[in-house]
Amino acid sequence: MSDSIATSITLNGDPYPLDGDTALTALLERLSMRRGRVAVEINHEIVPRARYDETIVRAGDHVEIINFVGGG
Amino acid sequence: MQDTPFELGGLKFQSRLIVGTGKYRDFAETKAAVEASGAEIVTVAVRRVNITDRGKENLLDYLDPKRYQILPNTAGCFTADEAIRTCRLAREVGVGELVKLEVIGDNRTLFPDVAATIEAARVLVKEGFKVMPYVTDDPVTCLRLQEIGCVAVMPLAAPIGSGLGIRNPYNLAIIIEQAKVPVIVDAGVGTASDAAEAMEFGCDGVLMNTAIAGAKDPIAMARAMKLAVEAGRLAYRAGRIERKLYATASSPLSGLIG
Repeated sequence: MSDSIATSITLNGDPYPLDGDTALTALLERLSMRRGRVAVEINHEIVPRARYDETIVRAGDHVEIINFVGGG
Repeated sequence: MQDTPFELGGLKFQSRLIVGTGKYRDFAETKAAVEASGAEIVTVAVRRVNITDRGKENLLDYLDPKRYQILPNTAGCFTADEAIRTCRLAREVGVGELVKLEVIGDNRTLFPDVAATIEAARVLVKEGFKVMPYVTDDPVTCLRLQEIGCVAVMPLAAPIGSGLGIRNPYNLAIIIEQAKVPVIVDAGVGTASDAAEAMEFGCDGVLMNTAIAGAKDPIAMARAMKLAVEAGRLAYRAGRIERKLYATASSPLSGLIG
């Protein structure tokens, strides 16, 4: 096991481990999530699609990732 | 008899049937039903991504947003703020500005919270959304939503998923007469005749989910609904005969064999 201090974010309501500051694009890739399929909120602020590359996810952030599911 | 296209917030469609994508067995069945319905607009719900099951397929892999107009809904929202937040998120997925606004006021009837719906519509229209609100079959509420700048009004025929058909045809007639935006019957359709009836009244479209997804054979029902909406629309445009209390013979009264 790693000796480094574990950091985490809250992702869709649950703790999720994070190795330090991470670009949102990298996080989405790690989660196998494609642009054009999801939308992201960090600390209740919506992240515009065009800013995924420059947006950094930090320890303690509350991240919400949504997608479309069947519904009426 | 060439029909005019169905215009919705500057977008043009041929089909006047809008279908939901909930309650299907799987995405393959959803796709087959949508195809059989001929719908060009499909509603979807906005929910958290499943983080633990990442291999899970995405609905949009089955319903190509280039082929279908995706209409995100705010189902499950009980306040204006929740509905506004949901619409803002949905827009960032990148499928356009069209949203189905529903703010539910009561869990048992799923009737809309009219005040909250109007409040949310006001904010969303200002933010550039093309808002299609699900509302009670109340002519005054429909007028207010039209004044705010909603691109359509969507009065319910009966409670969501009830299959009771059009409970208040006279209110619907008033709503249609007053409307300057398309009127779409949303919720309560049970079978094909309900959809045809709505179109015969002069509704511009019908939105349904359970009536198709909950049928024993959803694909067959999807086709039935396509035909019903087309038949109802055509009958409306053809202009029905007056209702009369007594008979009028269809065959000539002269030349009878003496």
